[in-house]
Amino acid sequence: MADRRPIEQTLAQVGRPELLTVPGASPAKINVDSLSFFYGRNQALKDVAFDIPERKITAIIGPSGCGKTTLLRVFNRMYDLVPGAHAEGHVLLDGEDVVSTRNLLELRQKVGMVFQRPSPFPMSIRDNVAFAPRLLGWPSARIKTVVEQSLERAALLEEVKDRLNDPAASLSGGQQQRLAIARCIAVSPQVILMDEPCSALDPVATTKIEDLMSALMREFTIVIVTHNMQQAARVSDFTAFMLMNPEGRFGELIEFASTADLFNRPQDDRTEAYITGRFG
Amino acid sequence: MNRNRRRQSINYTSIAIAYALTGLALIPLGLVLWFTIAKGLPAASHPEFFFNVERPVDVPGAGIAHAIVGTLILVGIASLGAIPIGVLGGIYLAEYATSRWTDWVRLACDVLVGTPSIAIGLFAYALLVAPFHHFSALSGSGALAVLMLPIIMRTTEGAVRLIPSGLRESGLALGLPRWRVSLQLILPAAAPGVITGALLSVARASGETAPLLFTAFGNPFLNTDPTQPMQSLPVTVFHNALLPYQSLQEQAWGAALVLVVMVLLINLTSRYVLRRQIRLAGQL
Ligand SMILES: Nc1ncnc2c1ncn2[C@@H]1O[C@H](COP(=O)(O)OP(=O)(O)OP(=O)(O)O)[C@@H](O)[C@H]1O
Ligand SMILES: [Mg+2]
Repeated sequence: MADRRPIEQTLAQVGRPELLTVPGASPAKINVDSLSFFYGRNQALKDVAFDIPERKITAIIGPSGCGKTTLLRVFNRMYDLVPGAHAEGHVLLDGEDVVSTRNLLELRQKVGMVFQRPSPFPMSIRDNVAFAPRLLGWPSARIKTVVEQSLERAALLEEVKDRLNDPAASLSGGQQQRLAIARCIAVSPQVILMDEPCSALDPVATTKIEDLMSALMREFTIVIVTHNMQQAARVSDFTAFMLMNPEGRFGELIEFASTADLFNRPQDDRTEAYITGRFG
Repeated sequence: MNRNRRRQSINYTSIAIAYALTGLALIPLGLVLWFTIAKGLPAASHPEFFFNVERPVDVPGAGIAHAIVGTLILVGIASLGAIPIGVLGGIYLAEYATSRWTDWVRLACDVLVGTPSIAIGLFAYALLVAPFHHFSALSGSGALAVLMLPIIMRTTEGAVRLIPSGLRESGLALGLPRWRVSLQLILPAAAPGVITGALLSVARASGETAPLLFTAFGNPFLNTDPTQPMQSLPVTVFHNALLPYQSLQEQAWGAALVLVVMVLLINLTSRYVLRRQIRLAGQL
């Protein structure tokens, strides 16, 4: 079967700092520790624990309904919108607990999010990027540079620089997604969460977003949920594999390792079954 | 091939039926418009009709300036009160409402929409006229505002509910406070529906007679002081149409025509002023 060379250290058993010295790993940006999540009385996550390394791309994969989106939405407390939803355990962002923080606005500025659907704001391309900085009260000179820089860093400026006043909705789907990324990095986050950002895009647009992610990785910690295992393998440094527990009906973290390890030397049979497509 | 032809003919037939039914629905509308124009033009084609006020029956040169100004002021004040409150209330219902309490608010709105306007007039009379022992435009505006409020609230709620939740989440994910997302992101996105609702309520209020009969009452002179009784177009129509003089009845038709044109103008102007926002939101 799959080659079982001497087992390298993985981050699978978390909570032990010495495991973070996996080759190439950087210090943890987010520590997830015994995290459980509930939608009302239904448990959606149980005892999830792993560390997300700083300035790397971490992919979360797993079959539909295993709680990937739920997990991602804990990191910026997006779940606050869902009545009755609550988390238990700890998610530390630079050592500060996300689950219990009272300063949601600051948290969400630090932890940006890109959604499956780009949701352009009903305003011009420029205003889409300038919207949040303006509401945050930044001086207009700074906003002007931020708009250009963000579009530039989102690899969109070339395509739109002559039509910044056009409605954002007039852009193509892939451009809209890059606009969403520009919008997100305009408020200088440290972490960018992406929930299946390419699932509505064609292969060319997908490639552009993937290239963009690799470029952004230098500055941001990126966490991406994807259904596409090739994508996870292509872009990410680390991969978390999740699965729905068949008895408990809650999502669990099965394995977390460097992407190379997880795909080449999965430690868990279920991971292997999933990545080789024998899952069922 | 054959099947295709059958599908085509079914297609054409249903389109034809749809057109025919639409035409049928437009007939009464067209008749009302036609009558108002035909019967209103004789009075409304004299310029003094717009600049003079009432005159005794046989004195030529009578006009409805006082009623035009009155309706603008009455509806204007009512809008200033009802539109902001109604829009905010609608946003609240759509965005924040989760409790049993909001079901009651919604029910109250729906009951209020269905309340006969004369009852609302009576309510305004008891609250705003009787205690002061005199009629005033303000009490009339109050009655109109009560009439407009539930319409605006419910249409705003409906328009805001149609906005996909992704827009709200995208705004919140940027670290913006919820109320700013509601007012500066969701509301602009819902603008076309909200504006339509507000204009609908303005049109409705402009045409109401019953709530004004014993609040703003009426006034044969041009008055711009909202604490005093004030004339309005529907009340002019109501009084003049009932009197057995041809000249007064012509004035009634003229006032009705002016009312229709005025509502149309208000509608078109606001849509023109807000056209950019409507266009941006329409593309979402
Ligand atoms: N708003 C919600 N209210 C109640 N239950 C929810 C809600 N959102 C998700 N769930 C439940 O939580 C579980 C995990 O859902 P989640 O959306 O996190 O899965 P996912 O891994 O992102 O799936 P997919 O790959 O299809 O996007 C599912 O059983 C789902 O039914
Ligand atoms: Mg999901």
